[in-house]
Amino acid sequence: MHVVRGIRGTLQPFWVTLRNMFRKPVTIQYPEEKQQLPERYRARLILTRDPDGAERCVACHLCSAACPVDCISMQATEAPDGRRYAAWFRINFTRCIFCGLCTEACPTLAIQVTADFELAGRDVLKLVYEKEDLLVDHCGNNNSYNFYRQSGIGVAAPRGTNPGETSPADVKDLMP
Amino acid sequence: MSEMLVTLALILAKILFIFGVVLFMAAYLVLAERKILGRMQLRYGPNRVGPFGLMQPLADVIKLLTKEDFVPARADKWLFLVAPGITAVTALLVFAVIPFGPTLELFGRQVPLVVVDLNIGVLYFLGVSSMAVYGVVLGGWASNSKYSLLGGVRGLSQMVSYELALGLSLVPVIMMARSFSLTDIVMAQQSLPFMLLNPVAFGVFFICVLAESNRIPFDLPEAENELVGGFHTEYSGMRFGLFFVGEYINMVVIGSLVTVFFLGGWHGPWLPPLLWFLFKVLAVCAMFIWIRASMPRLRYDQLMNLGWKILLPLSLVNILVTGAVLLGLG
Repeated sequence: MHVVRGIRGTLQPFWVTLRNMFRKPVTIQYPEEKQQLPERYRARLILTRDPDGAERCVACHLCSAACPVDCISMQATEAPDGRRYAAWFRINFTRCIFCGLCTEACPTLAIQVTADFELAGRDVLKLVYEKEDLLVDHCGNNNSYNFYRQSGIGVAAPRGTNPGETSPADVKDLMP
Repeated sequence: MSEMLVTLALILAKILFIFGVVLFMAAYLVLAERKILGRMQLRYGPNRVGPFGLMQPLADVIKLLTKEDFVPARADKWLFLVAPGITAVTALLVFAVIPFGPTLELFGRQVPLVVVDLNIGVLYFLGVSSMAVYGVVLGGWASNSKYSLLGGVRGLSQMVSYELALGLSLVPVIMMARSFSLTDIVMAQQSLPFMLLNPVAFGVFFICVLAESNRIPFDLPEAENELVGGFHTEYSGMRFGLFFVGEYINMVVIGSLVTVFFLGGWHGPWLPPLLWFLFKVLAVCAMFIWIRASMPRLRYDQLMNLGWKILLPLSLVNILVTGAVLLGLG
């Protein structure tokens, strides 16, 4: 019995390898063929715009605080109407680990991930992306959200006139 | 005087021819192995350099040559530097006695297609091929690394286990051919290859040369998943390349030896003799690659058991039986 099993165990692999030799390889020939990536794949980061075409980023620094490798830096500044934005915004993709924690932290859905993973290059400094490299002309994965319309206080519209907002309570008034 | 010069020139031409063909075959055997192995594992293998990856061997050589030639600290420098050469050179030396075609009629001269037709060709092959293990052992010892040393020691004791059976499995061949000369052995297989006349000797010989080539399932000295790289762990650049190319030259040589001893050499119908020889050598090499794709590595004691308890008695009995049959036939 042992002998039969031994012989079968020795010969069977030869048949398996021979059979597999004539099957189509599962390799995806990368530069020519590309893999269909999942919709929520995490790769290159972008800064999106709101539906009205303005920048979403309010330079709150939450993404750079959330970043475990400290690859995001920015300088916050204010427009004359009180709207905050980033004077400059920089992501160092040589350090980025594509964890997506910045997108989790972002309150305005400004910073988002894309499926573009082809970042390799020969010049390290070309991987430091400035604001103009990061900013895109679309809304990313959310086509309706506009932070200042939802909750931006006193900037896009006077207080209490944003959708779903009641006018502010007069704290000195005793009336209900 | 001029007669001698012509003879010398012919020998030189044959050496260069063999050198070129064997090195070319070794280089492309690497590619063929990687490709076939790849297909058997459902991937493509190298296909980026040139059409179908045919320039891959060239790219590999350039890579190996431009890498640093590194000698580890406190390694035995001279042995370390010499060891890869031993493997490659001994593999090439065996080819001196291998006849790869019938005697040619060239400009009214008889040109045997073998560098030297030694009347003790079999003994020469056994002697030189056992030297190849020195490359493994010395390289492993000189590296001053425990993995290399383990690989070298394994190579040595592996040789001890299979070499006896290897020699004894050739005795029936010599008895049947009544000669130690490889040319005569091929001539004796004109009608029927020895593989069919004596399949037991063929089986034992095939297993032993598989062990001789240090390939799966007998790649214990290398054993990349237990010993990193075994005897060549510490080697880099072209010295590693020499070990590597030596292994594949060895494969070509072993393919030729199996062809000469058991597959009837250049004998075959319809095709020209040289093509038949090449075809048979490549078939043996393909078999080696197939075996590599299909079998796991034997454990250390399993190899010893196989060599001493099965192959050696089997080949001894085979000699007895062959002798009795030959006596009976007269």
